[in-house]
Formats: sequence, C-alpha cells, structure tokens
Amino acid sequence: MADLEPMVGRYLRLDLGGRSHRIYFEEAGTGIPLLCLHTAGSDGRQFRHLLADEAVTRHFRVLAFDLPWHGKSTPPPGWHDEEYRLTTQGYLDLVVGFAGALGLDRPVVLGCSIGGKLVLHLALAHPTGFRALIGLEAADEQTPWYDDTSWLHRPDVHGGEVCGALMSGLIAPQSPSDTRWETLWSYMQSGPGVFKGDLHFYRVDSDLHDRVGAIDTTRCPLYLLTGEYDFSCTPEDTRRTAARIPGARVTIMEGLGHFPMSEHPAEFRRYLLPVLDEIRAASVAPPAPRANR
Amino acid sequence: VSAVLATPAETRFEALPALVNADAGLVRRGRYLTTTFLVEVGSTAYLVHVVEGRLVRLERGPFLMRAWAFAVRAPAEAWARFWEPVPLPGYHDLFAMTKAGVARLEGDLRPLLANLRYVKDVLAAPRQREG
Repeated sequence: MADLEPMVGRYLRLDLGGRSHRIYFEEAGTGIPLLCLHTAGSDGRQFRHLLADEAVTRHFRVLAFDLPWHGKSTPPPGWHDEEYRLTTQGYLDLVVGFAGALGLDRPVVLGCSIGGKLVLHLALAHPTGFRALIGLEAADEQTPWYDDTSWLHRPDVHGGEVCGALMSGLIAPQSPSDTRWETLWSYMQSGPGVFKGDLHFYRVDSDLHDRVGAIDTTRCPLYLLTGEYDFSCTPEDTRRTAARIPGARVTIMEGLGHFPMSEHPAEFRRYLLPVLDEIRAASVAPPAPRANR
Repeated sequence: VSAVLATPAETRFEALPALVNADAGLVRRGRYLTTTFLVEVGSTAYLVHVVEGRLVRLERGPFLMRAWAFAVRAPAEAWARFWEPVPLPGYHDLFAMTKAGVARLEGDLRPLLANLRYVKDVLAAPRQREG
C-alpha cells in the first residue's frame, strides 16, 4: 500500500485589496480549526509535522496556507513590476478572509515569527474572532540582528543562499540535521525579494510596543512560546511583551530556536500539546462561574 | 572549566587550514571565493588566505600595513564558547555574537555575504573536532 501522508492540499481563490489571489493551503484532521502561519521567507511546509501528528489532528482541523508570493501560492497578476511588501493590514485581511472563506468557526491561530507578530495584531483587532492565539517567537518589537536587508535581494549575492545561511544561526544546535536542513531549504527557495518584503511587515509596519497592553486575554487567551536559541526574537523580548499583557502565558522552550515546528518537531510538540489540551478543555466546557470570595 | 575551554582558542584556530582543506564539501562550497580576511582571537590577529575555497595560508600577526576584505573580531573566550560542541544561546552563531556585541564584523561584507554559508562553516570548523 502507498505510504501516504495525511494532509491534502488545495487552492483557494480569494480577493484581497482589490486583487485576485490564488492561495495554496494544506489541511488535516477534524475538530477545532487550528490555522498555522509560517515565518517570513518560507511557506506552509514548516507545519508538515504538525499536519501529520495524530495527537493534534484527532481534535483539531489543522490548516496551513502559503502567504501570497510564497510556496505554491501564486503572486498576483502584475507582480513582475512591483516590489513586494507585506503590510499589517494586508496580512490581517488575508487571515480573516481565509478563515471566513472556509467558514472556520473562531479558529485557533498559531503563528511563528512574522506569524507570531500577526497573532498580536489579531488579538488587538479581532479579540472575539478567535478562541485562542498562540505566538511562537513573537514579541511586540525586537532589535534587528542585521541592519541592512538589501543584502537579501541584490544581483551580486544569491538571495536563496544568503537567506539560508543567515537563518541557519537561528536554529538551535540540538536540532537534528534532517529537519535543520529542510527548514533552510524553504528559505533557499523563496522568490527574489520575498523574504525582504516580509521583513517590511516585521520591522517597519508593525511596531506594537505601545499597544499590546490593550490586548484582552479574558476575551481571547494568548500563549507565547519562544525558543531559548532565538536571537532574532529573544526569550527576553517575549517575556517583556508578555509582561505588558495581563494574562498572557509565556513558555521558554529549551533546546529550540526560531523555527520550533520545523527545526525540531518532536521537541516542539512537548511544549505545544499541553497548550492545545488546555485550549480544547476550555473550548469543550464553558468557563466555570467565578467563585465569590 | 570544560576541556574545550581549557585549550587555548588560538591553538584551536590555528588548526583551521587542516580542518577546512580536509572537508571536500566545504572546499567545494567556497570554490568561487578567493580573498583574504582578518580574524581576531582576542589580541591575536590572523590573516586567512582563501584561494578557490582552500585555506592556502594562515598568518599570525601582529600586522602593521596589511589589507583584508573583511574582519571578524571577538575575544578569545567568545571563540572558545562558540566552538563548544553544544554552544550556549548567544554563542551558537556568528550573528548571535555580533548582535550581542561580543563579535564585530567590519570591511567589505559583499564577499562575506555572497559566501556566507562557507565563511560561517569555516569559522565553526574547530567545533566539529570536539564532536
């Protein structure tokens, strides 16, 4: 018998900002929708281990799309004459539009890096639209560790090679060779200027430091998980962010870096499964009435 | 203090040509790079001469009037930590160390970034020996 993996892929047609998009996504499982947002300059393949994890898909319908311009999603017509730039509003519209088009009922959103930053924006912009939010390698702001992103897209430096070589340092030394290099492969494959364009959202268009305090975790629980080897979004960045958000839950993940779900899936699930259990328990049972004291 | 930290960082760095030239994959990855770059291990300066991916010469300073394309400078203790088999967070990557201000990059970064995987692997080569 063919050794088939459980996820299936489809394309969704979606109009965003007056342009037609063709969004590739994969999904597996049934239950609470769990929408996964990949890192800058990569694509939804980062979640392939989560999509194949029966402990997750038994209770969650896991979905992971490729951002427009990424992976198998088609860049919109006219892409060849513009500089790609991801914006906060465009990314918010995409996530809300994708969930709406597929009829996802208050999905859980799990986002990593730029996806983790978007999770914070979702918590501010749509606090009742999601049953829980999980930010991996997420913070309200972070100090850049290379200060000239033009190196990512210029004719005399191979974009894929330099993106992969830069990102290699964000992977924990403990992560297995196979999953380390698979994580880097997607960076080496991203289209010209795409990673740089994602960083426009991450670094320029999305500063949250004076706004995260308004996130209301009583309306939507927020979990922040960051790898100890991540020097892009450091554990300290995440702790500082959480300290500004009453009720935010922080976990620092030992032996993991900036790509926990793809660089070391077996280690990451040890941290993620208890979070998903908690979200599921809260989703099944209505919140207990608060005792009078 | 671990055995790794007990070996002087300079001694470990001076094994670089043998380590790199014995690694055919690494030499192949660097085959388009011919340059000279400076590495400082604490107060000891080295000029690393690369010809088509091979380290043809490692010169130990001090130098007075020598040119190089780019420089990587860090204290000896930082290099020792960088070369630990499982480095601590902050010492596991060149850019982790530059962000923290432990290491510094200077000069013409184009040959560095155009060959970044190669240069990072060269600088990390002493780590593998202890593996």
